[in-house]
Amino acid sequence: MGMKKKKLIGFALMAALASPLGLVGVATSEVLELDSLKNLYGGVSFDHDMHIEMVSDNCSKCHHHTAGTEAEGPLCITCHANSPETDDPTCSGCHERDVFSAENMKKSWGTDLLHHRSKPSLKAAFHQNCLICHIDNDAPSGCSDCHTMTEVGEKFYDTGKHAPVPKADAHGHGGH
Amino acid sequence: MKKVNRRSFLKGGLVTGAAALAVGSAKKANASGSFGGYPDSMGVLVDMTKCIGCRTCEAACNKEQNLPKPDKPFDDKSVFEEHRHGGLPRRTTEKAYTVVNRYEIKGREHPLFRKFQCNHCQEPACLTSCFVNAYTKTPEGAVIYDETVCVGCRTCMVACPFYVPAYTFSSAINPVVKKCIMCYDTRLKFGRPPACVEACPSGVMVFGKRTDLISLAHKRIEDHPGEYNHHVYGEKDVGGTSWMYLTSEDAPFDEIGFDTHLGTEPIINYVKEFLAIVPMVLTIWPALFTGFHLLATRKDTIKNDEGEK
Repeated sequence: MGMKKKKLIGFALMAALASPLGLVGVATSEVLELDSLKNLYGGVSFDHDMHIEMVSDNCSKCHHHTAGTEAEGPLCITCHANSPETDDPTCSGCHERDVFSAENMKKSWGTDLLHHRSKPSLKAAFHQNCLICHIDNDAPSGCSDCHTMTEVGEKFYDTGKHAPVPKADAHGHGGH
Repeated sequence: MKKVNRRSFLKGGLVTGAAALAVGSAKKANASGSFGGYPDSMGVLVDMTKCIGCRTCEAACNKEQNLPKPDKPFDDKSVFEEHRHGGLPRRTTEKAYTVVNRYEIKGREHPLFRKFQCNHCQEPACLTSCFVNAYTKTPEGAVIYDETVCVGCRTCMVACPFYVPAYTFSSAINPVVKKCIMCYDTRLKFGRPPACVEACPSGVMVFGKRTDLISLAHKRIEDHPGEYNHHVYGEKDVGGTSWMYLTSEDAPFDEIGFDTHLGTEPIINYVKEFLAIVPMVLTIWPALFTGFHLLATRKDTIKNDEGEK
């Protein structure tokens, strides 16, 4: 099901990229499901259109230089002042899910691109990019504001159904 | 003849003392050839400006190391209010090899979160202090220990400048020391980062060769002027550690629980000479003094023997 949806989004993206118009934002008139943490949390629905509106069509707010709008970061501009839209401007197009695989480690540390070393993973890119903006704009910023925990997640965090039985003495962290 | 008064006597004493010190320190310099760590060892750079205090690393550590169930859920933020004696924040325990603490800093809008675990020193004081050689610094960078030989003397707990090793006070029969091993057995050995690093949703931690991490850390400071504190904690502190830290400009290390007065010498350098004597004392002294004792009491023994005859 999730796979199918992802494929659909992929096709929509490809179709949009291939279109001669190449209009900003056309690619994703859909609500995206961000599921890089789907093992622990249910997918997060992300309204791309709403966010495009919020940043007043300035794609660089989130996409750095990859969406064809002028890069914002002073470091990015040194190389990407006039960079065109990249073949794949999606987050996952650059930010790998598993940055620590042997292959990706080699790529990450071996790159000649000075500022692309130790690139954040996909989930890290989401949290670093989204969360700061959400906090600054009083948008939802608590973990459970965006995420619903799965059964696996509850087990992992020892919470919900798997929460420890509270002890009478709450001062557990002893030691001197 | 020159009269020796109190003043000239003291002066002479001072000169002789200084000379003795100079000789002593010259010797010390020769004796303390620094190890400096394995060249290709791995490390972790913790960028605390990126930590959101979600405690996912704590949960990941708990699962990876098969630690007992926590007292509170890992998504419970009330642990940040917990304090030990003297108002100190949480520390590592036998049940938690890593903890995240929250620091409210005056004049800073948001709190800063600090992840705490073993720093895996290049020249670990725990390793040096352990008289059963339970500790090993692996070429990959981890400081691991053999629990089966640990006698529970807790010397390493005293030796550690970061107060990391915890103790199984709960075990009455075989209490041992417990600490983070950088997931050596299950991950680091195979080139994978520790569980906490991989689990972090915010990319706080970068895993890589220690030498690469040092240059990355300095580059981050350089690239973001006014954002970072200019000290890379652990690059040189106590002779260098495998885990290193970056903090924000407005949250200096000494305000978020880091000891910035540890110096750049490995702890072992302060005790090297003394420790070299310990095995000698332990092996030679008993034999030597038993000999003295036998010699001293020889006459009595002979007398007694003759008396019995």
